[in-house]
Amino acid sequence: MENTMLIWILLSPILAAIVILFLSEENKKLLRLVALGASLIPLILSIIVWVQFDPSKAGFQFEFTAPWFQAINSNFHFGIDGISLPMVLLTTILTPLAIWASFSVKDNVKAFMALFLFLETGALGVFISLDLLVFFLFWEIGLVPMYFLINQWGGNNRNYAALKFILITMGGSLGLLLSIQIIGLTTGTFDLIEIYQLWPSLTLAGLQKILPFGLSITTVKTIAFWAFVVAFAVKVPIWPVHTWLPDAHTEAPTAGSMILAGVLLKLGAYGFIRLVIPLFPQQAQQFATVLAVLATAAIIFGALSAFGQRDLKRLVAYSSINHMGFVVLGIAAMAYVGTSAEGALTQSATIAMNGAILQMFNHGLSSAGMFFLVGVIYDRAHTRQLDELGGLWAVLPKYGSTFVFMSMASLGLPGLNGFVSEFLIVRGAWHIFPLATALGMIGLFFTGAYVLKAIAGLLHGPRNERWINLSEMNLREIAIAAPLMVLILSIGVWPSWILDMINRAVSLFF
Amino acid sequence: MNNELITWLIPLPPLIAFGLIVLFTNRSNRLSHSLAIIGAGLSWLLSMVVFFFAISANGVKEKALISNVNWLPTGDSWLKIGVQVDALTAIMLFFVAWTVLMIFIYSVGYHNFGQPKGEHDLPGKQPHGAFVTGTDGKEKHVLSIEPMYARFFAFISLFAFAMFVLVVSNNLLTLYIGWEIMGLCSYLLIGFWYAKPSAKAAAQKAFLTTRIGDVFMLLGLASLYTLTGSLQYEVIFSEQWLHFLTSHTSPVFGMSWAALIGILIFIGTVGKSSQFPLHVWLPDAMEGPTPVSAMIHAATMVSAGVYLVIRFFPILSAGYEAGGPLTTPMMAMAVIGSFTALFSATIAVAQRDVKRVLAYSTISQLGFMVAALGVGAYVAAAFHLVTHAFFKALLFLGSGSIIHGMEHGVLHTGEHVDPQDMFNMGGLWKKMPITFITFLAGGLALSGFPLITAGFWSKDEILSGAFNGGFIVVFVVLAIAALLTAFYTMRQISLVFFGKPRTMAAAHAHETKWTMTLPLSVLAFFSITAGWVGIPEAFPGLGGILPNWFDSFVGSMLHAEGHETVHHSSVPLITSLAVALGGLLLGYLVYKNIKDTQTDPMEWSLGGIYKVLANKYYIDEFYQWAFIKPAKWLSETFVYRWMDLFVIDGFFHGIAKLGLGLGNIFRQWFDLPVINRGGDAIASGTRRLGADLKIFQSGRVQDYMLLSLAFAVVGAVVFFVILF
Repeated sequence: MENTMLIWILLSPILAAIVILFLSEENKKLLRLVALGASLIPLILSIIVWVQFDPSKAGFQFEFTAPWFQAINSNFHFGIDGISLPMVLLTTILTPLAIWASFSVKDNVKAFMALFLFLETGALGVFISLDLLVFFLFWEIGLVPMYFLINQWGGNNRNYAALKFILITMGGSLGLLLSIQIIGLTTGTFDLIEIYQLWPSLTLAGLQKILPFGLSITTVKTIAFWAFVVAFAVKVPIWPVHTWLPDAHTEAPTAGSMILAGVLLKLGAYGFIRLVIPLFPQQAQQFATVLAVLATAAIIFGALSAFGQRDLKRLVAYSSINHMGFVVLGIAAMAYVGTSAEGALTQSATIAMNGAILQMFNHGLSSAGMFFLVGVIYDRAHTRQLDELGGLWAVLPKYGSTFVFMSMASLGLPGLNGFVSEFLIVRGAWHIFPLATALGMIGLFFTGAYVLKAIAGLLHGPRNERWINLSEMNLREIAIAAPLMVLILSIGVWPSWILDMINRAVSLFF
Repeated sequence: MNNELITWLIPLPPLIAFGLIVLFTNRSNRLSHSLAIIGAGLSWLLSMVVFFFAISANGVKEKALISNVNWLPTGDSWLKIGVQVDALTAIMLFFVAWTVLMIFIYSVGYHNFGQPKGEHDLPGKQPHGAFVTGTDGKEKHVLSIEPMYARFFAFISLFAFAMFVLVVSNNLLTLYIGWEIMGLCSYLLIGFWYAKPSAKAAAQKAFLTTRIGDVFMLLGLASLYTLTGSLQYEVIFSEQWLHFLTSHTSPVFGMSWAALIGILIFIGTVGKSSQFPLHVWLPDAMEGPTPVSAMIHAATMVSAGVYLVIRFFPILSAGYEAGGPLTTPMMAMAVIGSFTALFSATIAVAQRDVKRVLAYSTISQLGFMVAALGVGAYVAAAFHLVTHAFFKALLFLGSGSIIHGMEHGVLHTGEHVDPQDMFNMGGLWKKMPITFITFLAGGLALSGFPLITAGFWSKDEILSGAFNGGFIVVFVVLAIAALLTAFYTMRQISLVFFGKPRTMAAAHAHETKWTMTLPLSVLAFFSITAGWVGIPEAFPGLGGILPNWFDSFVGSMLHAEGHETVHHSSVPLITSLAVALGGLLLGYLVYKNIKDTQTDPMEWSLGGIYKVLANKYYIDEFYQWAFIKPAKWLSETFVYRWMDLFVIDGFFHGIAKLGLGLGNIFRQWFDLPVINRGGDAIASGTRRLGADLKIFQSGRVQDYMLLSLAFAVVGAVVFFVILF
């Protein structure tokens, strides 16, 4: 029996986007409401899936298969486990909030909303695909709407940023398609579940005819491994291919930044977890140390760069690099240990991986919140320069308190979500990469420094006559921040409601 | 109700108060402070219930009260969190609950509840005072209510919550959670008047300086968790794991794991309890409202740091036997603690600000406690922590009361003097009798005035611990620090209360309201009596009249072999008598009758040294130059501009340029000449050929005839040639 739940989650945004195309551009209110209403459907459905999901079962649930490209044996095969389900939920939570946040967009509302829903389908498709070619399809689909969102509704330097974003990410994923083809060719299928069985142990000499240039299977695997790694590394982004991110974020409209930081960066990390480690265990183990070094670089340099910013949005953008560095550190720890090790190491690796997945979810919440709050202030003050702003807490007390809350989540204050995941990563990685983890503490320290710099630049300081007339957050804005804050607090106080699912999935998957 | 449940509930009331104030009652000052005080009061009540249970006959002396729940799933096991009551928790609960409640009540008066709103008061600024028309029809300038009154009570409620979490925790993880939330609260409260640049800077300094300690502590936590698979005290302090930790070598300098973890944990304390070299944040922390200073200096922050090392004494001292060599962490504690004690006492001598003197005295007293632990005087450290909390809370609240009285005088007279500068005061004992008596009690306790004050008993314990343990250097350094302590305390008391008023403002100072003086009286009571529970049995004359309850209760925490040796020598006793009385006398003689508001008599006696002391050895300036500026350069210029914008972006731009260049080359050298012009050339060539051939297509029959004749001839010739 096929379960069509995932299909509805996947398709309802795009169907809504098509409906929106037939509505009149004049009636902006209707357009906005339809988009918001439509984006709630996948949210409700994914909550139902969450409730029905059985975390104790191994393998994928809610599986769905339909033929697509039968000549090469590629099918629409979808399914979720405890690793992808939190990501699906994250996407379906953030999209309505981002759409609601873009009620302040005035130009070309129709195209904006349609693109946004299109983007949601792209991201969801990546998380639920169990077919490599379909995975790649959605991977690339996600790029296009984001490009236009930056390019059409962005800031002053939007053309440069949008071009940089799309060129670097597409350039990164060039090799991905090629490698997927090689895997498909050698194993005769694109179905991920079959590939999990076949590809890692593939050593047959008979494949020589299929492989180009008479390469050995090990060489081919190494090449494919690096192609995967580069594609995902650009997306995460890992130092030193991260410089597209601050530009894209700074220029993107608020909602675009929320989704870019909240969801799209997770695609890269998800690729590492879902594809790189299971498909290339030997190579991953071999290069895990490199990955850990790059992760540490991202943690330290991301924090330092964030500390060096004067533009608030750029500061928040760099903080993403710092936080995603922790995710990669957790992934590197898992890759290093692999599946075959003695008990204590495996436990540390599991803890690090739990932390990495939870950190993805947590960063999605807090970074979306931060970008949203940056947008709120930019809508009013039309500047994001920390040396021009200041003294806003006295003028906007509610906004100030919300901002402090979000930035503390971003800082990893215990009691809020970021601490739980960073603690797990540090705990797990400390056992496996002690030096990298110890150096990562420098990054953790500077996280404090840049967060305080943001608060001091924005909220503290004497009351500024220039900003005396700014209006307080309105009800809509508070209602957007509130669910994020509730989730942040709930994970911080009682993480096991989500971590239990992740933990079981990680234990079963690796 | 059972005591487990009560212990779980202790931290909650202030948290609920915080939530309610933030979400609902922040517009009503009365409701907000009522909620906060009810919250603190409930926690106080629950703490007292637990405390009296703990000290009862079937209390926790034999067996601690422990309760756990699962919190984090980790692979196939769970990380548990929970609460625990043992002797140490009990005495912590006692003084935390009392000081917190007193500070809350005091804050009502301190923030001028019931006073009018000032016309020029803004949120984020200290209130400036309001003009009211009195009954006699004259306009008067009086103190005005704090504009963010409700917010203050929300923040200190959260602060109290965090401290209670830390105290009742039975594991390092929730301790760390409370620890960090306190960091946030201290940040928010030190920067409470965020519009003041100095407060803004002080708040950041406090948070970041303590965070240096915290990240090291986090590593210690991770190591401990990795090695033992748990963070619960009952597991990590068990014989089995302590043995494991001491017998395995860590990768750092060949230290054992116990030593490495001990050092990492201790660095956390160095940050939180403001020990050298991370002491710089605490003196600046007085930028916040005075009740906050009392919170930070007594009830919460810095006490938490010392509590941590007391709690972790089993690991810090793992492998140590009385009389044997100190472990590495103990050595570090002995050195840093005694150095800090002396170092900051010297700075305190040259400060003019009434709160700043107290701030440096806190650092110095914390040094005493840390040094005491370093030489193995476990009970003495815990004892001094308790007595210090009472008298330091008292002194800070007292100084707030003094400043309040002075501010009243400043507003009344309109004189422009700094109400915190001790040299602007004088003769206040007449104007503010309750403040004077209580402050005197606190000051004498701090100086260790013999026999009647709590500070004497606890400090005497530390000195005798150091002396009897054979750590003569530590003993001498601490004795000198104690002498200085008595001296600067008496300097402060004399400058503030004795002599004649040196300014108009001081002459018009005014006793504060009951909400402020009541907490002072309560704390003064404990500053005197808290010492009587720990009078050593061997003390000449007094020993044995009251049982040394503290030693037997808290001493029960230690495993038998770690207990300090009990030889009683009269040298430390005579020393503590001499330094306390000598310092007090000297301070009184020098400062009893100062007339000048400008110069300190110390300036001519110490000369250039005075300037160094007054400027705190220029350590802030040094840090600015050595760390803060380089960090800014590193982040902004090196990492961002050079590495990201120049190198990495430069690389991508290079690729883009290369692409553009290649495209141009193809266009210039292939596309244009070969494809475009080549195509054009074929077209135009064909056309030219056509044009050239056109002449043959004349349309006249004769021409065609001629042509066909010509072709026929040519054909014939060719045919002939080929054939033959």
